[in-house]
Amino acid sequence: MQWFLEASTTGHKLALMVVAILLFAAVMAAILFAVDRPKRVPNWVVAAGFLGPTILLLLVGLVYPALDTVRGSFFNRDGSTFVGLDNYVTVFTTDNFQTVLRNTVLWVVLVPLVTTSLGLLYAYLVDRTRFEALAKALVFLPMAISMVGAGVIWKFVYEYRPDQPGVRQIGLLNQLLVLVGVEPQQFLLNGPSNNVYLIVVMIWIQAGFAMTVLSAAIKAIPDDIVEAARLDGVSGVQMFRYVTVPSIRPALVVVLTTVAIVSLKAFDVVRTMTGGQFGTSVVANEFYTQSFRQFNVGLGAALAVLLFVLVIPIVAYNVRQLRLAEEIR
Amino acid sequence: MTTTTPVMSPVPTKERRLSRAERRAVAAKTKLTSPAASAIAIVIAVLWTVPTLGLLVTSFRPELDIRRSGWWTAFTDPQFTVDNYNEVLYGGTNFASLFVNSLVITLPAVIIPITLALLAAYAFAWVKFRGRNVLFVAVFALQVVPIQVTLIPLLTLYVDTGLNGSFWTIWLSHSIFALPLAVFLLHNFMKEIPASLVEAARMDGAGHVKIFFQVLLPLLTPAIAAFSVFQFLWVWNDLLVALTFAGGAPDVAPLTVRLAEMVGTRGSDWYLLAAGAFVSIVLPLAVFLGLQRYFVRGLLAGSVKG
Repeated sequence: MQWFLEASTTGHKLALMVVAILLFAAVMAAILFAVDRPKRVPNWVVAAGFLGPTILLLLVGLVYPALDTVRGSFFNRDGSTFVGLDNYVTVFTTDNFQTVLRNTVLWVVLVPLVTTSLGLLYAYLVDRTRFEALAKALVFLPMAISMVGAGVIWKFVYEYRPDQPGVRQIGLLNQLLVLVGVEPQQFLLNGPSNNVYLIVVMIWIQAGFAMTVLSAAIKAIPDDIVEAARLDGVSGVQMFRYVTVPSIRPALVVVLTTVAIVSLKAFDVVRTMTGGQFGTSVVANEFYTQSFRQFNVGLGAALAVLLFVLVIPIVAYNVRQLRLAEEIR
Repeated sequence: MTTTTPVMSPVPTKERRLSRAERRAVAAKTKLTSPAASAIAIVIAVLWTVPTLGLLVTSFRPELDIRRSGWWTAFTDPQFTVDNYNEVLYGGTNFASLFVNSLVITLPAVIIPITLALLAAYAFAWVKFRGRNVLFVAVFALQVVPIQVTLIPLLTLYVDTGLNGSFWTIWLSHSIFALPLAVFLLHNFMKEIPASLVEAARMDGAGHVKIFFQVLLPLLTPAIAAFSVFQFLWVWNDLLVALTFAGGAPDVAPLTVRLAEMVGTRGSDWYLLAAGAFVSIVLPLAVFLGLQRYFVRGLLAGSVKG
């Protein structure tokens, strides 16, 4: 048993990984073998065999924990006493949390809007140009980088050195400021503008996604529509405004909502770059801080439930728009 | 003529019309918006590339140089070294062993959920049973549950069963969190396969397992590749799950956890941070560049349909 739980050497870890995969394969093979006897087996048995493991994992790993967290949000910090809505009252009335909520709104509004606009603009500009593939790859690349990695990359861009003779800036942004004769800034320390600098990082990460989806949508616009508009004398900005954008509206909605949900749930950027200090925390980061740093499990649960509740209208809007789009078709 | 026109129609006359229209479109665009449009596109491309380039250059500069001057001075006074990488990989930070942890976490966390989801998607697509639609919608709807909502009860569960701080909790957690989307996506792909193909196999006396492995699986390879790339990047780059279930276990913690921690504890040691960041980025970047085609396909299927 110890061998399965504690692996400290590289060889042991790799062996454990192989054993885990083989074990999983053996269990799945046994289940499939059991439901696939040559004789006639009722369909529900087959379905249970194919679906059983998934449903079991979802019940134990998602449904039960979610319900337990909702329950926990009505209890105190260690879950021993029922406190009613106290945790939610704290979240909505304390000064500290007002900042957190304000920042979260900022993230959920700014990131999707700017990301989608930039992604759309870029996709439109490079569409059918000679360098399209390369141009897209450059903007797409940050998608492969972890948000922690992106946090490090951008922290270096924002790096600050005191403005003294003999001290040279090593952060690109402050160097640019010095070049134009402005005093270097502590970008990540001074609020509330530091929130914007964190949001920039998220936009940088997400733009590639927006661009890819929107570029595919632009390419799917039927040529006769574009041609007809052109014959009517539409061109340039008007073409973009009256032909391209309306034609890809469903894709725009999908991108906006997807990016909104990602920026609502992600805490990595804030965690890595400021740790939520200097008035930059968001709900997702505050959930982590309260649950695992302050050990206030009740409050953490309330914040998690708040995230859950905030996601639902966004998803509902998305589903509704997709339905509408399908009806039109 | 440098513009290539995709062949849209087998009818030659129509094709010629289309390609001429497109050529005119390109010409008109170039004439009307070219200088301004190119300038904006180039500015965006530069903004999206330079931050990464800056850190990459930094990671190869000597420690003292990094502290004394900006990375751009390396272009006029090139001084490069791999000392930073040696230090971060085999020194006190021991990123080499963290790299192994990331790898050990990622492979099962990709294989397990995809296998489970393939089987579940098969049942939803090709096995008729009561309550199928309700169950499918339920699994689909679970996508809205944020991971945060599940963490503390799951952690309690892991502690109670004595699994806490081992690779098993991370494999299990990533598998669970991936399932709703994986089932939904693979179901969509599976539904695209013509029913006649499955019916024909059934007529020939093939059972479910045989149909699954011999008829469907070969046709699904691109879809599986697409989701694998997706899941690989998601698990490798994850911070929240790893921090929660392995934050206190150095033998299990992946690169992201220690890198994030290092930003807090050694925030001004850019020679370590830069090299460390690139150690953590290099594999996903390689996978991504190599399999970009599949990744884009998965992305489009997931977002445009879902």
